[in-house]
Amino acid sequence: MSISIGAHAPDFQLPDTDGATWSAFDPGPPTPPATVVVFTCNHCPYALALQDRLADAARDYADRGVRFLAINANDADRYPRDSYEAMQRRVAGEDWPMPYLHDATQEVAHAYGAKVTPDVFVLDSERRLRYRGAPDGDYDDPGQNAEWLREALDAVLGGSEPSRAETKPVGCSIKWKP
Amino acid sequence: MRELDVELLWWEGCPSTDRALAAVREALTDLGLEAVEVRMREVKDDRDAAQTGFVGSPTILIDGVDLVPAAADEQIGLSCRVYRRRDGRVSPIPDPDDLREALRLAAERAEVKR
Repeated sequence: MSISIGAHAPDFQLPDTDGATWSAFDPGPPTPPATVVVFTCNHCPYALALQDRLADAARDYADRGVRFLAINANDADRYPRDSYEAMQRRVAGEDWPMPYLHDATQEVAHAYGAKVTPDVFVLDSERRLRYRGAPDGDYDDPGQNAEWLREALDAVLGGSEPSRAETKPVGCSIKWKP
Repeated sequence: MRELDVELLWWEGCPSTDRALAAVREALTDLGLEAVEVRMREVKDDRDAAQTGFVGSPTILIDGVDLVPAAADEQIGLSCRVYRRRDGRVSPIPDPDDLREALRLAAERAEVKR
């Protein structure tokens, strides 16, 4: 299953590393003009290489009301570095400008059609999908600064369609449960 | 004098194989060792990974020795491997300078044919 551009993204209720519950939809007030859902994890070099760029984007768009939600859906039984406890340790030791949510059942990742880490979904104020794909075109070039994600956010915040609504996310496959 | 043995272990769940192979070939060419064959070996499942001590894709063995020896607590299994560039950045493939240096040292030890 995956979501088409323009379709409503599924809502969810997931815990962050402090145990607080977060939803894709925040009724406000004020209603966030955009929400970025990022499927990521602890052990993937692509996700790790792009983390700073995603965090910078979260900080840069915070004052415009954009919410960022990071989700880890990997099977922690086979990949213990992606356990909830490992997520908690990571957030405690780093500067995270967004909640890091645990999708233990993998239902949210399946509902969104997430494929890899990182996989980015930009939702508008009505929770419609407006961009899906990679943060930018090259994990190895920090200068790209999550430009595809930023272009999509600028478009949504400006009331227009992102010129690039879908790109191919590049990263480690999500580790599904057997 | 003997051939240098370069082997690239890979897993299909990682998109870094092509870039890693290109980096190895580029390093070999830089060293005048373009005649050296890079053997490709797919790690298909957990059993394969356990048998080879595979800690992630790509793993590059030079004369049977891991280019970047795995840490003692690194988990064996099917995943993408985390490398560090010399400038500290995380990367899915080794730093090209580390690769070149390891190949150069191995070639010197082996007095490889160029």
